Amino acid sequence: MNRSIVQLKGISKNYGTLEAIKEIDLDIFKGEFFSIIGPSGCGKTTLLRVLAGFEIPDSGSLYIENINMQNVPPNKRSINMVFQSYALFPHMNVLDNVAFGLRVDGVARDEQSRRVKSMLSLVKLSGLENRLPHQLSGGQLQRVALARALIKKPQVLLLDEPLSALDAKLRNEMRQELIRLQKNLGITFILITHDQQEALSMADRIAVMNDGAIQQVASPSDLYEFPSNKFVADFIGSINFIGCQLSEKDGDVFKVITRISKDAFTVEGNNSLRIGQDCWLGIRPEKINFEDADVVNPNHNKLSGVVKNITYFGQASMYHVEVTGEKTATINVMENHSKRSSGTTNEVGDSVVLCWSTDSTSLFTS
Amino acid sequence: MFLLVPIVIISIFSFSAKQGLVDISASWVLDNYIRAFDPVYLSVFFKSMGIAGLTTSICFLIGFPLAIGIASAPKSWKPILLMIVVLPFWVNLLIRTYALIAVFRTRGFFNFSLEWVANLLGIPFEPLTLLYNDAAVILGLVYIHLPFMILPLYAGFEGFNKSLLEAASDLGARQFKIMTAVVLPIMAPSIISGCILVFIPALGSFLTPELLGGPSSQMIANVIERQFLAANDWPFGSALSMILIYLTFGALALRYFWLRRRYFGSTENRP
Repeated sequence: MNRSIVQLKGISKNYGTLEAIKEIDLDIFKGEFFSIIGPSGCGKTTLLRVLAGFEIPDSGSLYIENINMQNVPPNKRSINMVFQSYALFPHMNVLDNVAFGLRVDGVARDEQSRRVKSMLSLVKLSGLENRLPHQLSGGQLQRVALARALIKKPQVLLLDEPLSALDAKLRNEMRQELIRLQKNLGITFILITHDQQEALSMADRIAVMNDGAIQQVASPSDLYEFPSNKFVADFIGSINFIGCQLSEKDGDVFKVITRISKDAFTVEGNNSLRIGQDCWLGIRPEKINFEDADVVNPNHNKLSGVVKNITYFGQASMYHVEVTGEKTATINVMENHSKRSSGTTNEVGDSVVLCWSTDSTSLFTS
Repeated sequence: MFLLVPIVIISIFSFSAKQGLVDISASWVLDNYIRAFDPVYLSVFFKSMGIAGLTTSICFLIGFPLAIGIASAPKSWKPILLMIVVLPFWVNLLIRTYALIAVFRTRGFFNFSLEWVANLLGIPFEPLTLLYNDAAVILGLVYIHLPFMILPLYAGFEGFNKSLLEAASDLGARQFKIMTAVVLPIMAPSIISGCILVFIPALGSFLTPELLGGPSSQMIANVIERQFLAANDWPFGSALSMILIYLTFGALALRYFWLRRRYFGSTENRP
């Protein structure tokens, strides 16, 4: 199974003194929907351009299907790309745009028209063959760009922020469309995005990048539940960080003391932290509960504070709870409305006790 | 208004006849136009169009790579490079033309340089006659009109979406195919603008053939000038002028229809 189709070994690329990507090692498997995410300027676009062949890496080697790509120009690679701005040829109609890749390859006329026709029906563009790009809507442009790249039957399809120009509703629709296409065609998709929702909802595996380096490669749920460092935890979803100091260590059970309130928490972790070292305790807002007087769980970690603000999201609300000790910190608590156990609601100004179980937190080095 | 009034006057003159030395009667005759199609004048028209066409082609061949170069130069270089292109406009046309004479005449700087190289190599040197022929006229016209070609092409390349080149390359196209299938068609409006901006003034150029050309390389504007001044035949000069204006309008109309067909007409359906 999991045969690598794209392998990067120690790939680096500098622009002048700026290190865009540093020593990247990455294996992407055949037939998977892979996503590379990171904040802007993290080097993800450079990585994509290295894959496509528009940038030559300064060091390291890139293998596609076990062939070294060192001297292979973009037009000879079995990789095609959907550009961020689509880069459709403005002087060609939909049909000519889609057929472009086949024409330059000298594919026979009747095969050309057969493949263009089936590709256009695959991306649901039949009947728009004679439209020029400026006569199409954003979603249609996106489909033409997809069709133009897919018609060459690439081994790997690169997608550079493909949905960023679409409105929210259309973006959702295209997400489903991309997943459908990827599963139907079995082509390896590599999606570049800064939108974590996009990556989490579509990809089989995600690489999180920052500062030109890969921080973690994992499945969406592993990335969310078990982030390997503070950056990943912060970048994926929202999270509260509480500054702590490690006080006890008993196998996988750690005890930490918070810096703000000197409360002690129990954490399940496997971190290589030393006793007395500063660290960050990370808790997702939805994993924190308001303590219910009726249900007492002695294993739970507790922290008391005052509700300062409530943000209403419809299906849930975010409570901004201020915890005061030597310093003041705000902890965000997400409470799902339908799952609320008691009928009482916390209001702004209420004193509350926050609690969470020992296995719902992660420890990070600072 | 300032364009229309002279054209109306000239067009009335062109249908008139000369009476005596100074009088002109608006007699609505076609004699002047018939005379303009005399092989003598027709050949001057064709020659003018040939010289203007050649000038345009050379300007394009030089200007196209220069425009790409300027557009893809580092940002801090662009204003300097553009300044170099535009700088000659600050000097009067007459002075620039005389400067060309100073460079290319028999005892000019160009021949001096050649002589110096020839002496170094020990080759006997005979100064070349570079001026007062058609080649000198074309050289002068190219020199004067090159900025008119470079500027619209540069503007076109500035607006050119570079990711289209990458897209074409990504889809398997080689350099030549990218140029013919993507760059040239998208740049076509700029290319046409540049060519028109060079062709029209080159066609009606007067000073350059007058100063750099030989007796056989006179262009239509020189003939017109002679009709108005030396020959004192205003009606005939007017007729020749009108034909030149029609040719100019014809070129502009071609551009208009071409652009219209391209952007608003139906696109053909190839498989």
